[in-house]
Amino acid sequence: MTSTSQNGRPAAAQAEETLRVRVWRGQADGAFEDFAVPRRASQTVLDVVTEIQRAQDPTLSYRFACRVGMCGSCAMVVNGRPRWTCRTRVSEALDGDILVLEPLRNLPIVKDLTVDMVPFFEKWRGAHGAFEPGEAPPADFAPVRPDSPKRKAADAGVECINCGVCYSACDVVAWNKDYLGPAALNRAWTLVNDERDRGNAARLAAVSGDVGCHSCHSHMSCTEFCPKDLAPTYAIAGLKRATAPSPLGRLLALLVKS
Amino acid sequence: MKPSTLTSTTRPGLREAAHLKPGFIAALLHRLSGVALAVFLPMHFIALGTALSGANALDSFLSVTHSPLVKIAEWGLVSALAVHMALGLRVLAIEWFSFRGHTAGVVAGAIAAGLAVGLLFLLSGW
Repeated sequence: MTSTSQNGRPAAAQAEETLRVRVWRGQADGAFEDFAVPRRASQTVLDVVTEIQRAQDPTLSYRFACRVGMCGSCAMVVNGRPRWTCRTRVSEALDGDILVLEPLRNLPIVKDLTVDMVPFFEKWRGAHGAFEPGEAPPADFAPVRPDSPKRKAADAGVECINCGVCYSACDVVAWNKDYLGPAALNRAWTLVNDERDRGNAARLAAVSGDVGCHSCHSHMSCTEFCPKDLAPTYAIAGLKRATAPSPLGRLLALLVKS
Repeated sequence: MKPSTLTSTTRPGLREAAHLKPGFIAALLHRLSGVALAVFLPMHFIALGTALSGANALDSFLSVTHSPLVKIAEWGLVSALAVHMALGLRVLAIEWFSFRGHTAGVVAGAIAAGLAVGLLFLLSGW
């Protein structure tokens, strides 16, 4: 009896199959380079990149750490979609018989598939993404009920691991390099809903400027592409409500809360 | 296995990462229909302004609107207005009421509702 692989094809036949992989090389003015990689059972896109680097071209630069979807460092654009390569099987990302791998967009390319995340985290700081404990944290104890609306609102976005997929998918960032972006605004919204935080006045002022939440066009790409199924669109909408200038806005914000 | 030479320098990801997704299409149609309405409004006011010169001036202008070409243009405007309103309601629902629905379905429904209003206008006018 012929042995079969996990996807049902004979293992021997599968080992002979090759995958066409088109990889971005260089920086912003670089070009694609074509590789052929053996097709394997349950192969992830990160496996493919690793195989190219270890067996064909050791100069290929890319970033990864955990390989299990916890660190978020292996995010790339795979056949037009920004995604974690470690959690993406080749079979689900293939477009015809080719994989096109690019670095995340909206960030400067360091080399090949590696981008500079500094602007991303500068936006995070720009949105006051750090927790502000106030002047006397031990004395400033805030009981937080798990079922309170604010706790639930914070919970909805707090699992972000800053992989940059939403930032790469965002059209507004592509149009306006100063726009804070979905990840930073999502972070700000979790802190706005954190009962313990004491920095919300400055935070809301920071996220409601020209490059803040009101620039979001609700294309919802961030929400569609987030590998953790978070919904930055709704976090940004929450910030829009929280910073709505009119009494009508405040009334609607109250209606949504109730 | 050695790699081949360098190929295209066009990055499809720059173009396709978010474009042609339902949310992008909704925003694009919302803006284009808004521009169409903004262009129409001054013409609308000019038409109403002819009434200031008397009933005959307005009537002679309105007679032009009976031509099929103008009817088609009116159908386009009514459709644009309805699509603009439906897509605007979608944005309000998302931003003010955290409405969550399947984006592709909601956008398709909003566009279909807008076009249905346009068809109703056609049916009522001809």
